[in-house]
Amino acid sequence: MEGQSANENIVLSVNNIEVIYDHVILVLKGVSLDVTEGGIVALLGANGAGKTTTIKSISNILGTERGEVTKGSIEYMGEKVENLSPTELVQKGVVQVMEGRHCFEHLTVEENLLTGAYTRKDGRKAVSDSLEKVYSYFPRLKLRRKSQAGYTSGGEQQMVAVGRALMAQPKVILLDEPSMGLAPQLVEEIFQIVKDLNQKEGVTFLLAEQNTSVALRYATYGYILENGRVVMDGEARSLSENEDVKEFYLGLSGGDKKSFRDVKHYRRRKRWLA
Amino acid sequence: MSPEFLYTIEVILNGLMAGIMYSLVALGFVLIFKASGIFNYAQGVMALFAALTLVGFQSGQIPFSHLINVMFGTEYHHWGEGMNNFLAIVLTILVMIAFAWLVEKLVLKHLVNQAPIILFMATIGLAFFMEGFGDLMWGANIKTLDVGIPSGGSFWWEDVTRTWATEGSEYYGMYIDVLDVWATGIAVALVIVLMLFSQFTKTGRALRAVADDHQAALTVGISLRTIWVIVWSIAGIVALVAGIMWGSKSGVQFSLSLIALKALPVLILGGFTSIPGAIIGGLIIGVGEKLFEFWVGPLIGGATENWFAYVLALFFLMFRPQGLFGEKIIERV
Repeated sequence: MEGQSANENIVLSVNNIEVIYDHVILVLKGVSLDVTEGGIVALLGANGAGKTTTIKSISNILGTERGEVTKGSIEYMGEKVENLSPTELVQKGVVQVMEGRHCFEHLTVEENLLTGAYTRKDGRKAVSDSLEKVYSYFPRLKLRRKSQAGYTSGGEQQMVAVGRALMAQPKVILLDEPSMGLAPQLVEEIFQIVKDLNQKEGVTFLLAEQNTSVALRYATYGYILENGRVVMDGEARSLSENEDVKEFYLGLSGGDKKSFRDVKHYRRRKRWLA
Repeated sequence: MSPEFLYTIEVILNGLMAGIMYSLVALGFVLIFKASGIFNYAQGVMALFAALTLVGFQSGQIPFSHLINVMFGTEYHHWGEGMNNFLAIVLTILVMIAFAWLVEKLVLKHLVNQAPIILFMATIGLAFFMEGFGDLMWGANIKTLDVGIPSGGSFWWEDVTRTWATEGSEYYGMYIDVLDVWATGIAVALVIVLMLFSQFTKTGRALRAVADDHQAALTVGISLRTIWVIVWSIAGIVALVAGIMWGSKSGVQFSLSLIALKALPVLILGGFTSIPGAIIGGLIIGVGEKLFEFWVGPLIGGATENWFAYVLALFFLMFRPQGLFGEKIIERV
């Protein structure tokens, strides 16, 4: 894609996919995006724009919701992966963290983390090393390791969900809406950990987020989705300086007041062009 | 102790042991329901099928012999003296695992994400198919099953309890069937093994994870289809144990599949998603129906055991529909 320099390694590439739910509801109308190795790529947009669907079509759990990719292809490290099972994808190193955390409520925090290592075959020792590593990133989880995940706080559950994904030793984590339902301070904490993991462990992130301002501060690159299409993409910094993004996603206006009618008209024109 | 009191104790003991047998059947339902949200109507037929297969192996019957004889005009029925109990049980377990695998391949795989009622209908179909298939495979005659578990009243216990009665009263001791005691012991052992398995093994943890959240289990790479095969296999083994117990008690006949109906009130009492619930529910029903028969039965002409459990279940549905131990919904405050 033109925005990203061509010499960087692309680990994940989504080419013009179309997703239909229940055979009738067209949700993605040709989404393309590239994730470069070692990057944090943000997928931005409002409710119902198609962020979660994009992520689920990569991790291939769309099937459980009667959705399917009808056109286009998804490549991971140059290999087509749209027909692989979720298990195979996890084994290859693509792990999704679902929106709304989805911990196993009746399992303890530690058991939750250990289920993350389900597909690993490198022995007990290696798994317990990973567990220690996860605890070093999330010291709070170590304190609560014996409590049932259902009784931990929202922030802790998000940490469990990210930690559980880490236990699979992923190359790419698909992180869906990590800020959902969390206090602003916790959101910062989670994003800081994402950045740490990215820099120290070399994990690539594709994260879907409604909280555009936080996401753009931590991301390296961003895509903006609207109505199942990518309407804009670019380096995170240039996106956050873009007038339209400021106007529609960051809530900053350029000074002179615009009437709502103008905005609607403007957005419609933008969409046509996209 | 007065004879009346001792009679009551005898009734309670027998009720507990009958209850364990109900629990065994209910346990199979709960396992499958928790892991896949399917209410497996075929659980009772699985017990029948397992018992038929076990008897077939023991007595050295040739499977499908009727069919073979009709098609080729032969007269084969047995291939020898049969085999010893242990080998027959191991082979039956293998058959139940193969059955679980086939169910996943032929039925469940194609019905993923369908509404629960559709899966339920599929298991009804499965139940009827298996009943016919079992008939075709092993013949429809009533068979006796004997895997070497002793049965009959315990004289020792009769002697011991006789001394408990007050001097001079007419009391001849409690009657307890040794088979029931064995059944209780085996059921308790089975439940302990299942608990240990689900608490302390990786697969057990995965089973619990799937029971909690299907989608999240998928995202960590747990294959639902593998889990289903495992769960149906375990349910098959539980069905085999239930089939052995009920079969040794009352012979292996096609009405054995009706024990599934007895498990329904147990499930309603204990909750569909709780293993301890299935056990305690079974015990309550077992003791309840025996005591009711003992105390109230004579006043209203007896035969209350046939309906007591269902009426109790009805009351539970009205006042506590999730059962005693139904899904505890965790809510953060």
